[in-house]
Amino acid sequence: MIKSFKKHLGILGTVGPTVLWLALFLLIPLIYVIGISFLTKNAYGGVDFTVTLSNYVSLFQSEYGKVFADSLWLSLETTVICLLVGYPFAYIIANAPKKWKPFLVLLLMLPFWTNSLIRTYGWNTLLRTEGIINHFLQWLGVIERPLEMLYTDGAVLLGMVYALLPFTVLPIHTSIEKLDPSLLEAAGDLGAGKVHVFTRVILPLTMPGIFAGSIQTFIPSLGFFFISDMMGGAKTMYIGNLIKNQFLSARNWPLGAVLSIVLIVITLILMRLYTRVGSLEDMA
Amino acid sequence: MEQTRDKVIISLKDVDKSFEDERVVKRLNLEVEEGEFLTMLGPSGCGKTTTLRMIAGFEYPTSGQIFLEGVDVEGRKPNERDVNTVFQNYALFPHMNVFDNIAFGLVEKKVKKDEIRRRVEEMIKLVRLDGLEKRMPSQMSGGQKQRVAIARALVNQPKVLLLDEPLGALDLKLRKQMQVELKHLQKQLGITFIYVTHDQEEALTMSDRIAVMNRGNLEQVGTPEEIYNHPETKFVADFIGESNIIEGYIEEMDEDAIWVTMESGKARIGEKGYRLEEMVYLCVRPENLKLSTEPVEGFRFRGQVREHIFVGSINKTMIELPNGQMLKAETPAEDELIPVGTVVNVYWNSGKVVVMRTTEEQIYNVIEQSVEIEGMTNDQIF
Amino acid sequence: MKKQRRIHEFKPGSVFYACLIYLFLYLPIFVVIAFSFNTSKMNITFEGFTLEWYGRMFENRQLMQSFFNTIIVAGVSTVISVIIGTLCALGLYKFEFKLKNVLSSSLYIPIVIPELVFAIALLIFFTSLNVSMNMATLIISHVTFSMPFVVITVRARLAGFDRSIEEAARDLGANEFRTFMRVTLPMISPGVLSGGMLALTMSLDDVVVSFFTAGPESTTLPLKILGMVRKGVSPDVNALSTLMIVGTIVILLTSTIIQGRLERKM
Repeated sequence: MIKSFKKHLGILGTVGPTVLWLALFLLIPLIYVIGISFLTKNAYGGVDFTVTLSNYVSLFQSEYGKVFADSLWLSLETTVICLLVGYPFAYIIANAPKKWKPFLVLLLMLPFWTNSLIRTYGWNTLLRTEGIINHFLQWLGVIERPLEMLYTDGAVLLGMVYALLPFTVLPIHTSIEKLDPSLLEAAGDLGAGKVHVFTRVILPLTMPGIFAGSIQTFIPSLGFFFISDMMGGAKTMYIGNLIKNQFLSARNWPLGAVLSIVLIVITLILMRLYTRVGSLEDMA
Repeated sequence: MEQTRDKVIISLKDVDKSFEDERVVKRLNLEVEEGEFLTMLGPSGCGKTTTLRMIAGFEYPTSGQIFLEGVDVEGRKPNERDVNTVFQNYALFPHMNVFDNIAFGLVEKKVKKDEIRRRVEEMIKLVRLDGLEKRMPSQMSGGQKQRVAIARALVNQPKVLLLDEPLGALDLKLRKQMQVELKHLQKQLGITFIYVTHDQEEALTMSDRIAVMNRGNLEQVGTPEEIYNHPETKFVADFIGESNIIEGYIEEMDEDAIWVTMESGKARIGEKGYRLEEMVYLCVRPENLKLSTEPVEGFRFRGQVREHIFVGSINKTMIELPNGQMLKAETPAEDELIPVGTVVNVYWNSGKVVVMRTTEEQIYNVIEQSVEIEGMTNDQIF
Repeated sequence: MKKQRRIHEFKPGSVFYACLIYLFLYLPIFVVIAFSFNTSKMNITFEGFTLEWYGRMFENRQLMQSFFNTIIVAGVSTVISVIIGTLCALGLYKFEFKLKNVLSSSLYIPIVIPELVFAIALLIFFTSLNVSMNMATLIISHVTFSMPFVVITVRARLAGFDRSIEEAARDLGANEFRTFMRVTLPMISPGVLSGGMLALTMSLDDVVVSFFTAGPESTTLPLKILGMVRKGVSPDVNALSTLMIVGTIVILLTSTIIQGRLERKM
């Protein structure tokens, strides 16, 4: 019995802190979110302990429907563009001469390491009406008057693609790296042309990477409110900004909680779909 | 049979080990003498590695005792036992060079620095790794890593060295070479080796004694010669070398012989001490199985020559018995061959057959199948 | 061996495409850095080279405060994450226990759910406990999202090694503690290091979680910039951002090199 006591002590001492931490600062807060979604907001921006479903009902107001549609559409656009732009890029890196490969991967990681807000701020500077790009184009004589680039939906999309591109490229790069080159030779040997080698061999085999990359692009894009704040000028309302507003300006916490639960549900559905084709381990 | 025996260094008394519901070692009794090279041989999953790990202290017996130099080591951790292990995959410390790997145990024992240096260098010479002191394990070949693993264990001057399939990962040629080196090393140092392998040839060439295990049972312990020529169970006969095993029963008996009736014939065997009607297995090594076109006295046992296979120095002849069983016979390559298709008399010279009781085995199986009857040994059943 | 038969050479088209993407990735960073050396107060055109802003930024007390907050939060949360994350990975490796699978999948929750969700969850949690947002709440929040990465990285490292190496240490006379210090810890150190670097990066990069869990006294540099963007940002912010970019890259490059060395030795 001493042995089992020692074992329990060992488990408690190693895994214990993490369990405690996750319970206290992840599980309980998430339960709070669920709890508060059933309460009523009061006039002072706090909550009253009156249980109600009205927060959930208000989800179906048409203005929120538009927010959801806009957000999901933006995330989808972001993901698709990241895939289209990122796949060839990942392929080029994975097939680069061996000597160069580590350097190219590092070069991809570097911006990743620096703060995304600072980088988005860089774009903000570039795109301003009185910013560098407009100056440059005017200097070239391509345009007469500065273009309105910042604070448009296009700018938000650009910011999203910019912030999330590495998340798409890395998993795809990993799965291309894993490809056995002899398979490509075999496909060629069996008469497949370049296009068919790609559509029938490379693409199916790199699907896990494509899925992992898409998930890792789509899900975070739903919550990146600061990008639309900096690049979009609040012309279109996205779910991230809507949630943020409920907690800061509108002070409607129950509604904010309900909106967050919607985000969680979307995430869970996507993860469920994902785990059918890939494993969680590939996500980290 | 009181002999002037060497000192017993390790003894296992009724050692039993279960993982969850699976009983992997069953009432094992074994004594290992000082300075001997004992091999535990058996197929994978027979419990040999578990037994070794219990001696090392990585596992504890579910019941029974292990004595090291007469002292019960129950509850003693691996670091508190005077035995060292050479692991199957070498288990070298990847972050330490050769010198530090070998010095590991001495550092733990707080041996003085200059003595560590002296002893490690001596070991490095012994296993012929001179000049590689600063190499990291990742920069070495399998054979070199194996030498480091052996040196790392031997430098602590253990009472017993445990080797768990240490040559399993090496290619055939290197394995043969290391077998010789290991045997040599053991003779030179006089340390007791307990060696685990599933390779019967390795066991036969290296060991002073072999303990054959099967499904958690110790089948037989003996010198390689005893194990090969006088297997006590069908399993041993089958597992060690090639054997013809023929089922039969005792039909007649006289003062100094028995008549064994098989499905395909009869044979008279000069053995005693069996009961009438008793089921037996006859075991004949292929090199002892003889063929003749003439009738042989004491045998009424015939088969048809089916095939000859030329294997360098010998010929293998396959003989089919009337019941369809195939027997193997080996003859020197220069002997004349009996043409394929000929019906021949099969026989063996006296003393070249091993008669094994089957009852024991059968009862064993019954015990195994019905839930284990705790506390009952074979001896008690008979 | 004709294993690597893929054609490993640059094609002009590929090079051009890759350069374009890299330009896209680096352009905003270059802009931030370039304007930190600009004599003009406005981030519009480059008028002349100066180091003035690197001196001026020290006068901006609020800005400096936010910078130090960023560093402190990143440092402290990384240390905490590394310690409890490594312990957890070791426990998951060593022991079998009920709910082990539940724990290992829960570790992925902070990784997969949008940061925004648990940022507001933590906001609600802290507020309901009447805790006002400060450095501690910020650090706690950062540990929550970075610690799972440490666990996963260290665990991956542990999964790759042979249990008999630890047994060998025990066999050679080391007790449990000595085995841990002399064998286990050095062997997982590359994993611990890369887990720690991941945690540091996550913390330095974070905007969303900090936005909700930082108090007025504990604003981080990115939050400060977010607040200033609309009104226009002065070049001393560029100078400080440049410092942060360069600092992060130097630290991470160094640790990548160290990690590579550690791994190559094994």
